[in-house]
Amino acid sequence: MKAWFRTGTPWIWLNAGAIALCLVMVIGVLGLILVQGAAHFWPADLHTVQAKQSDGSMKRLLAEQVRAEDVGAAVLRDSGVKLESNELVYQRQLLKLGNRDVYGRDFAWFLSHDLSDRQEPLDATVIERREWGNFYGFPVKLLEGDKVVAEGAQLWQELVVRIERSNDIHDEINDIERGEIGVINKALESLRLGKRRMELDGAPAAEIAIFEQEAQQQKAELEASYAVLQQKLEALYEQSRRDNLIVVTAEGKTMTINLSQIVHAFQPNAMSIMQKIGHYFGAIYAFLSEDPREANTEGGIFPAIFGTITMVLLMAIIVTPFGVLAAIYLREYAKQGTVLKIIRISVYNLAGVPSIVYGVFGLGFFVYIMGGSIDQLFYPESLPAPTVGTPGLFWASLTLALLTLPVVIVSTEEGLSRIPSTIRMGSLALGATKSETLWKVVVPLATPAMMTGLILSIARAAGEVAPLMLVGVVKLAPSLPIDGNFPYIHLEQKIMHLGFHVYDVGFQSPNVEASRPLLYATALVLVLLIVLLNAVAIRLRNKLREKYRSESD
Amino acid sequence: MQQTTNSPDVSPRSLLPTGENRAKLRRWRSIKDKISQYGIAFAGISVVAAFATIFVYLFSEVGPIFSSASIEKQQSFNSVAAKPIFTNLERYGEVGLVIDAEGLMQFFDAKTGAMTQQVKLPIPLDAKITSFAKGEPRSGIIAVGLSNGHALVAKHEYNLSYPNDQRKIVPVVSYPLGETPIALNPTGQPILSLAVQEGSSGTAITAFTADGHLSLNLFEAQTEFLTGETTFVRQDYALPSAPRSVSKMLMDTTLRSLFVADAENKVHYYDLTDPATPRYVEAVTAVAAGKQVTAMEFLVGSVSLILGGSDGSLSQWFLVRDEHNNFHLKHIRDFEQHSGAIQQIIPEYSRKGFMAIDVNSELGIHYGTSARTLLQESLDFKATNVALSPINTEFLVLSDDGKTYRFALDNAHPDVSWKAMWNEVWYEGRAEKDYIWQASSGSDEFEAKMSLVPLALGTLKAALFAMLFATPLAVMSALYTAYFMTPVLRGKVKPTIEIMAALPTVILGFLAGLWLAPFVENYLSAIFAILLLLPFMMLIAAWCWRYAPASWRNRLGLGWEVLLLIPVIVGFIYLCVSLSPAVDNMFFNGSLRQWFTDNGITYDQRNALVVGIAMGFAVIPNIFSIAEDAVFNVPRHLTQGSLALGATPWQTMIGVVLPTASPGIFAAVMVGFGRAVGETMIVLMATGNSPVVNFNLFEGMRTLSANIAVELPETAVGSTHFRVLFLAALVLFVFTFIFNTLAEVIRQRLRQRFSSL
Repeated sequence: MKAWFRTGTPWIWLNAGAIALCLVMVIGVLGLILVQGAAHFWPADLHTVQAKQSDGSMKRLLAEQVRAEDVGAAVLRDSGVKLESNELVYQRQLLKLGNRDVYGRDFAWFLSHDLSDRQEPLDATVIERREWGNFYGFPVKLLEGDKVVAEGAQLWQELVVRIERSNDIHDEINDIERGEIGVINKALESLRLGKRRMELDGAPAAEIAIFEQEAQQQKAELEASYAVLQQKLEALYEQSRRDNLIVVTAEGKTMTINLSQIVHAFQPNAMSIMQKIGHYFGAIYAFLSEDPREANTEGGIFPAIFGTITMVLLMAIIVTPFGVLAAIYLREYAKQGTVLKIIRISVYNLAGVPSIVYGVFGLGFFVYIMGGSIDQLFYPESLPAPTVGTPGLFWASLTLALLTLPVVIVSTEEGLSRIPSTIRMGSLALGATKSETLWKVVVPLATPAMMTGLILSIARAAGEVAPLMLVGVVKLAPSLPIDGNFPYIHLEQKIMHLGFHVYDVGFQSPNVEASRPLLYATALVLVLLIVLLNAVAIRLRNKLREKYRSESD
Repeated sequence: MQQTTNSPDVSPRSLLPTGENRAKLRRWRSIKDKISQYGIAFAGISVVAAFATIFVYLFSEVGPIFSSASIEKQQSFNSVAAKPIFTNLERYGEVGLVIDAEGLMQFFDAKTGAMTQQVKLPIPLDAKITSFAKGEPRSGIIAVGLSNGHALVAKHEYNLSYPNDQRKIVPVVSYPLGETPIALNPTGQPILSLAVQEGSSGTAITAFTADGHLSLNLFEAQTEFLTGETTFVRQDYALPSAPRSVSKMLMDTTLRSLFVADAENKVHYYDLTDPATPRYVEAVTAVAAGKQVTAMEFLVGSVSLILGGSDGSLSQWFLVRDEHNNFHLKHIRDFEQHSGAIQQIIPEYSRKGFMAIDVNSELGIHYGTSARTLLQESLDFKATNVALSPINTEFLVLSDDGKTYRFALDNAHPDVSWKAMWNEVWYEGRAEKDYIWQASSGSDEFEAKMSLVPLALGTLKAALFAMLFATPLAVMSALYTAYFMTPVLRGKVKPTIEIMAALPTVILGFLAGLWLAPFVENYLSAIFAILLLLPFMMLIAAWCWRYAPASWRNRLGLGWEVLLLIPVIVGFIYLCVSLSPAVDNMFFNGSLRQWFTDNGITYDQRNALVVGIAMGFAVIPNIFSIAEDAVFNVPRHLTQGSLALGATPWQTMIGVVLPTASPGIFAAVMVGFGRAVGETMIVLMATGNSPVVNFNLFEGMRTLSANIAVELPETAVGSTHFRVLFLAALVLFVFTFIFNTLAEVIRQRLRQRFSSL
């Protein structure tokens, strides 16, 4: 043993253990997110169980099993559970009961031995509602007004058709409310601001009066078209409320659900495996393409994905030219000396400065100073309400561009330094000017390095949250930053962001258990995006290194 | 070059451009060269300038909190009253008020001195004003004591309206206790001193009469429900042990404490919690023997007393609860001494600051919490009375030559000082000095507590635990990966670690807060078992591997240990977790977490242990990649030489590689530490964000960065709080910048050494 220790082998093993542990952690974290995030969309079977309540009575429940865990008896006793047997360790299960409007909570823990008579009825139905979360129960009949339209065997087919109809109407309502009414509101606001602007510019009273007159006229027209839309909306609402579904919960309580409240309904126990797979991908698509509901705890994350991508692309547009040019300057043009050395080290070190510092700078300098001045110069009519002097998309992109500049500079410089000087000399010897050598020989060769830098900076920007909390990301943005209204890209708009979405839903939401699967799914999307970007960047860089290693040899 | 000339008379046709064209082309090329050069230089310099701006801007935002106050004389005009006993200025600095010794209230234009409105206090003709008192400045309550033993309470307010978008201020005087003076003293003795205060339950007046009696009169407000009419129920009480003489009395807004300054150097404290049995608690010596207390005022909130002495001393006092739950008047701090006896103390309306003026007309601006003296300046006239604007932007000084001077005041950030941010401060209502961060609250009377110590310690605590977790793992990983691992595996491991570096911290924070924290709480014993026993498990696995069949060992030889250890680690972790409830039952009454609580150790679910693991995870790749680089670049001939001389690989590692690469490893640790210090999302999500001052592994913390993220969006732009948060950002910036620069310098020197070896 002693001799073994003297050889040092155990210590090598210990070092190996360290890296093994790191790998276990990385893979564990990625695996955890992958499993938890991807499992959420699978249509889990519903069980009915007899659950013993704390007062000893039995209650029939329809629920989805979320997870099970072992707990010590002491922990259970401390949390107020009365235990009848004397075991040391109990298994308990978390059940998703749904029906928040009925039970007041949609998740509950039960000891495994309090649950009995487990069954999987085929007609158990999950109804995703616009409010109150999921409903778990059994559909009984479908009413149109007071008339029963379907019952028994035809019920399900009819229900699916009618849910589709009500969803179509819902979409139409949405389109009108967001699109056309939004346009009218915007036009009204611009009329009001137009007058204020003229007053501020000191226009003569006569001109203002004329403008006022025209504005009145336009306003009347707008209000007329608004009234028309309003009528149309009311008619649509009326139509969407036409059908009612009578359902019964597992313990036998009858309820009515209006079809306008239903997003989606399915019967997981009756689905075949192919149907389940179909449903799985459908659910993923819905998650990626829909707006969030119920304070971000239900629905999709489309605005967050869209916001993240818009912001990151805008950032890339800003950071690329500046980063690349700065790197070229530092490497090719600046006088190499002590000053440059200091500057270079400083620039490199800025990559290590905490991101929140950039956020603070962005908020103070970009938003309040730059945005505030722009407001005063160009949008005095809407003051004191700020137009661009408030956190928004552009400031977020600019802040992140500053944050990721060092990444692009470092990477580009590395690429430039790897290009053999023989190539440069050759170009110069053939009579090319310095700029021709640069743009036609050196830069094209260094392009992969720049791409690497850019991708790394995009990956970093996509994952940053701390500075964005200060400069333009909100939990729920009213509309997307790009839409059909002039000027199409709304740089001043606040955006949603995947990372912030995770923070917000996980830590500011009242119902963490309900939003947990969604959180993992959101995290998975973000991680996939970033891992993908990084994998590409690493690939690219390694390829580049190999290439120049062979050329310079 | 396909360029041809167009001139027909050149023959034979040359494919080369003419000399003229070539010159043109050369010019154009040189222009392009210049454009490129200047364009690039411009972009490069502007990027560097942008970075410099960060630094300069942060400084410029922080700077004002350390600057002192300044005043500037603006106008002067003839005073409206000859003998002022009270003066006041309204919020917008438009209307001033002077009350003279005859009880005439005169409102005047504070810019020109023109009288706008006057109100005569309804004082009987045969009575004279013998004393004057005012309540909390914001309430506008004043009272005069009369020579016939009566007192009159008045209230002045400024009504604000905006007819035609123009600001209009109308002063209004009302009499909350009625227009007829109230008889406080049945014998009709003149009231020599008076205190008045409006509390939530009613109004209180205390009076000291010429025959040496001290009385308390409470007027409890009762509002008639139907008519909305307010009537007052009056209750009179005599206070015990009245001092021989009284120079000034003050009553707090809870109507529970009365402070009486006598004509000597004592301040007497009465406890009036139960007015029926008023208690004389104590007399404290407020100024040196032989001197007198010449001025006494409350700071806003009527908790702190500021006492001015005839020797020019200024001190702050407030009631402090002792261990028996009794309050005592305690000396808290002194301010810079004035040259003459303090004549008047003028408290600010919304902050714990005050102005003081002495008999030599020296004006001082001081602040309570930060113990700062922001200005001491001698006025070139004899001041009698000062009125401060409620928003601290200007003040009026009445002089004894019948003039009123208007001053502009710039005193934006008196409430913090470098000393107060890093030292213990005695805050109002606290039993002792303490480090506290509590920067804002809903109340106007709130004393902002901005000690950076809890935040800085929280930052260090988080970083320290993270480094304790990360450093050994990362450095050992780096040693192994760079030196022992087979290149094939290394090619896989390095990208994996780089992916680890790229994981967004918000994801790590979310997992730490929502998954790891409950997990650690439930399986605490398993976590400790893993942390302590895993290394031994690895050694045992290594020992066992020696007895594995030789064919196996040959196939998975040196450099592949990692693959063998992964199942061992996973298995051991699984074992620990599944045994954890049983272990808890056996040794810790069922729950280690509960056992800690029972033994007096606070346990928060989101604690330093969780942060240490999560942030350690985030820091590992940073340390790893730099350290690995340093180890990998140790010149081969050194290690090969060592091995050739018969050293084992491990001896080579310890004796040659480690000493050579140690500066690089040190730099790696520094970079990791810099990262841990500035990390925001993980600490924000995985701690309770409570600013505690301790290093308990099972309690949370609040770091500088998380504090910025939480509070900056909520605070008012340009306020002291805003600037202190900027200071926190600047501290982070400078700290990480210095750390990274040191690390970078070390690395560069190391690189030079390697290349010379």
